[in-house]
Amino acid sequence: MSREPETPVSSLQPPASGRVFWRTLDELADDPAFRERLHNEFPSAVEAIADPLERRTFLKVMGASLALAGVTACTRQPAETIVPYVRQPEETVPGKPLFYATAMTLGGVGTGLLVESHEGRPTKIEGNPDHPGSRGATDVFAQAAILDLYDPDRARALTNLGEIRPWADFLAMMRSVLSAQQAREGGGLRILTEPVSSPTLAAGIQELLSRLPQAKWHRWDSAGRGNAHAGARLAFGDIVDVQYRFEQADVIVAIDSDFLGGGPGCLRYARDFASRRRPTEADRMSRLYAIESMPSLTGSRADHRFGLRPGQIPRAALALARELGVSGASQAPEIVRVDVAAIARDLTAHRGSSLIIAGDGQPPFVHALAHAMNDALGNVGRTLVYSDPVEASPVDHLDSLRELTTDMNAGRVDALLVLGGNPVYSAPVDLAFGEAMEKVPLRVHLGSHEDETSERCHWQIPEAHFLESWSDVRAYDGTVSIVQPLISPLYGGRTSHEVIGALSETPETSPYDIVRAHWLNRVSPGAAEPTPAFEAAWRRWLHDGVVPDSAFAARTAALQPDAAAAMESASSRWAADTSGPRSFDIAFLSDPCVLDGRFANNAWLQELPKPITRLTWDNAVIVSPATAERLQVGGHPAYTGGERGQIVSDLVDLRFKGRTVRGAIFPVVGHPDDCATVHLGYGRRRGGRVAAGNGFDANALRTSDAMWSGPGLEIAKAGGDYPLACTQYHHLMEGRGMVRAATREEFIANPRVVHEGFESPPKTLTLYPDFTYEGYKWGMAIDVNACTGCNACVVSCQAENNIPVVGKEQVLRGREMHWLRVDSYYGGVADDPQTYFQPVPCMHCENAPCEVVCPVAATVHSDEGLNDMVYNRCIGTRYCSNNCPYKVRRFNYLLYQDWETPSLKLGRNPDVTVRSRGVMEKCTYCVQRINEAKIASEKEDRKVRDGEIKTACQAVCPTDAIVFGDLNDPASRVAGLKAEARNYSLLDELNTRPRTSYLAAVRNVNPEIGE
Amino acid sequence: MAQIFHRSTNTISRVSLFGVVFVIAGLLWLIAQVHRSPWSTDAHVAKEQPIQFSHERHVGGNGIDCRYCHTSVEASRFAGIPPTKTCMNCHSEIFASSPFLRPVHDSFEDDRAIEWTRVHDLPDFVHFDHSIHVSKGVGCTTCHGPVDRMPLIAQQHSLQMEWCLDCHRRPEAFVRPRSAVFSVSYQPPANQLEIGRRLVDQYQIQKLTNCSTCHQ
Repeated sequence: MSREPETPVSSLQPPASGRVFWRTLDELADDPAFRERLHNEFPSAVEAIADPLERRTFLKVMGASLALAGVTACTRQPAETIVPYVRQPEETVPGKPLFYATAMTLGGVGTGLLVESHEGRPTKIEGNPDHPGSRGATDVFAQAAILDLYDPDRARALTNLGEIRPWADFLAMMRSVLSAQQAREGGGLRILTEPVSSPTLAAGIQELLSRLPQAKWHRWDSAGRGNAHAGARLAFGDIVDVQYRFEQADVIVAIDSDFLGGGPGCLRYARDFASRRRPTEADRMSRLYAIESMPSLTGSRADHRFGLRPGQIPRAALALARELGVSGASQAPEIVRVDVAAIARDLTAHRGSSLIIAGDGQPPFVHALAHAMNDALGNVGRTLVYSDPVEASPVDHLDSLRELTTDMNAGRVDALLVLGGNPVYSAPVDLAFGEAMEKVPLRVHLGSHEDETSERCHWQIPEAHFLESWSDVRAYDGTVSIVQPLISPLYGGRTSHEVIGALSETPETSPYDIVRAHWLNRVSPGAAEPTPAFEAAWRRWLHDGVVPDSAFAARTAALQPDAAAAMESASSRWAADTSGPRSFDIAFLSDPCVLDGRFANNAWLQELPKPITRLTWDNAVIVSPATAERLQVGGHPAYTGGERGQIVSDLVDLRFKGRTVRGAIFPVVGHPDDCATVHLGYGRRRGGRVAAGNGFDANALRTSDAMWSGPGLEIAKAGGDYPLACTQYHHLMEGRGMVRAATREEFIANPRVVHEGFESPPKTLTLYPDFTYEGYKWGMAIDVNACTGCNACVVSCQAENNIPVVGKEQVLRGREMHWLRVDSYYGGVADDPQTYFQPVPCMHCENAPCEVVCPVAATVHSDEGLNDMVYNRCIGTRYCSNNCPYKVRRFNYLLYQDWETPSLKLGRNPDVTVRSRGVMEKCTYCVQRINEAKIASEKEDRKVRDGEIKTACQAVCPTDAIVFGDLNDPASRVAGLKAEARNYSLLDELNTRPRTSYLAAVRNVNPEIGE
Repeated sequence: MAQIFHRSTNTISRVSLFGVVFVIAGLLWLIAQVHRSPWSTDAHVAKEQPIQFSHERHVGGNGIDCRYCHTSVEASRFAGIPPTKTCMNCHSEIFASSPFLRPVHDSFEDDRAIEWTRVHDLPDFVHFDHSIHVSKGVGCTTCHGPVDRMPLIAQQHSLQMEWCLDCHRRPEAFVRPRSAVFSVSYQPPANQLEIGRRLVDQYQIQKLTNCSTCHQ
């Protein structure tokens, strides 16, 4: 492929007049070669697509299939059976879903969920409004958990050395282990878990350790919060967790912290944060500063984002601390890129209502500095409170794993139980955990998939999914939820409770009994039989999804007298700038979609365009455009047809501490220069058909002395290139105004500022008569100001509407099927842009361009303003998609939906048609939910209440950015939002009159720093 | 030069030119008829079932209300097929030893569901909700026919879209008072249109002919 000379990034500046937005650097550069490729509908690159069919064969096959297609129309429907219950369970109404409260554990922290169950099959997950960590919202992982449950690649049987064994054999083996270890007080027994916050499991393990005092309990999570805990210990002499009160905060400084994008309580934090960002209450708008390396969701929402290479971030924290007069930061260096003085003045002006947050990847002394700064600003008890740690008896995960490895290498371990997780894959490479494990005579792994760890274990136990398990878990604030199953284990899965129970006096106890016994003992200590008080409480907990008053009380944490000295000595190695101009920093991050690899076999998450990069199916070596230019590497859009695009990227070798990994380079605007970010979780060797073979394994570079970042990376061009499926290059803007934004000052001066320069055509400018809406008139408003770009809506839509995945090769051709996409737009200059996220579902236009071109009336306007899509009428001409200016229509080029795999059929929404090949589809505003609510209201002789219908995307949104309702009802929320001055329509000038409209973003810029 | 074609060829060519039109029209008519015939729609075709259950005996003879078995018809889109337990309410005593009821007893004792053959089978891309229809005054027999006179149940109508639309466009011709929805003996009165219009008004019945009413 020929490469045209690119315009140097440094010369890229937006045009002088007006606020300009762009999606990619190529667009900003407006290179003639790029324009030519853009407008070339039939590019030569199409030939590159391997097409095994020659033209003649193609015509033959087409002729035959045309004839056969006619014949297939004559077939009759196959006979179906109805299988009723033998004894119908109480409360079950066939055809009506039931909702059960449960909780999902991630990183040892629980999020409360309500799971929809159709005749015993969980099909959709919503947040639990009563749960403090959810408040009705969920993240992408909870949404995608349905696919994880029905994953056909899950481990299906208990095996010993590859042979299927009954559970009784395992129990017998564990008995012999127990009797052998009892003599040694458990000296050879090691248990490795992920972080545990389940009170029952923690008590079970503690009880085991009390019987076998020499046994050890190790914990490992590759994204563990060890640094935060060590920082708390440094500052307070004790491990505490911090809970933030964003609704109280006027000025927030996030130091490498992505509190909106992940971590404990992120959904709640996003909601609280958004509640203080409403331009209608401009006086209350908080201001967010983000100091970070890789652009994150938090950085994208920040009013001021400072991109620093990883090694500089602790230095910036030191500089800020010194500016605030915190003791322990006397050696603070000069930081040129961050206006520390201005931030410090803003913080000092908001004593008691400011907040400083350090990210989990920062070294302990930065956490301690943040504690000291919050203390100095009087924020403690106002914008943040301290509590006991959520993790049960927390340890530093890295130390814990290192100790285990040392013991294994020394031959001190007779039996190792790995309960969950995949440490062989995720452990730091220098520990050589997998090789050390081989020295243990008995290795047991409880895991959901046959992965890298099961490969090295004697026993592989299929782990029950959380939707199949009884358990309990604590939320970010300590609130306990009982985890209850929605379905019996599909593949005989077991929980950690059962494996620990196998070493107890009563190895056959079910997890239900284990969890209940624990809580019975708490409610009525000493009671042998469940008491009436316990039964009543238990039923209430299960129903509500939370155990009342179980949140941790706020506790005091006083700065230790010697904390300043400790911070001083810890920070000394950071004070001097050791990074040379030609050496690179490397930063490791959990992947935003597959995390540490635990979701690698989830195709919904693999195909979900990652926030910021919009990559699917791969990770990449992420650098700044200027660094890529300097290295003379980069990605070039290569077109496979019209507006559709892919990136062909150079492969590079990353050399770090003597180890080398090869990956594709991917320049990201806003990324700091002279450093590279790599995401973990890819390059899996085992773990399922979807997991294996995507991206590269960044763990192969991650060492225990550089867990999150480190200096000394070398990047060398490896030769060869690699296609990346990046959706950012699909559907380009071509200079049209797509997103609108203003600063707070501009907005206060003129609330209609976002409409300047835009012109709406008159409503009469159409040949067609107006529609009249006598009943409902559905509409949607999406607040770009509130959207954090978390993608939960995209996966929720996918789960609700039976949307298939298409695979990387099809995404490269621009054929992804998401009905709702989140577009990201950049504003400002190339090396320090502002980022905006704009979710785009079907606009349901009043003058819909798609409706008038359909030759078979398969897409028509409904009496309630919906743009109906009738799958059984569609013949696949794709005229509608061609004529849609928003590009929200999706075509089933191939049979994307899996019609064969039995387990996947269980997870589909029975209320939504499963589409086949050759059919156009698109967002319906969740018409199945509209119809359901309408039927319910009609049966009660009333109108649908405002808020009664929540579309799938709206229901999960943590910041309430999406609002749906009846535009004919002037009191409805959506009507109120559409009446706001910020309200704008996409491509207004085309006179499509969309009924999905947007509310412009408003940034609360510090006038002292400026935009 | 002699004529190549005989004079009669003119007639033949005229007849065949017009004939083609008729043949094509006839073929289309034939296809339409086949499509609407019971061969395609399964209307009036009694299906073989694992148990020779007679609605005639239970509804016509014993006068059991539809909702005794089809319990969810007022609450859900699915009217509900009774669990074996419902059969056993009576048949643990009545005809308990009948060989015809052996599958029912086996099902109950072995905890194995009875697999009934579906009689009213809508295509998968159609969403139908029983509850809203009965609450708006569409009687059971309006769609399902005289169930009380059917020894083996058979579909009475084509269940094709034109049949659905007959009522969705003209509900007044079919609706009945809510009190008579579950009556199997109800006969439309002579002044159906007059009563129908009043009921349409009273029950606020809408003429829902949007695609997304059923296709979702």
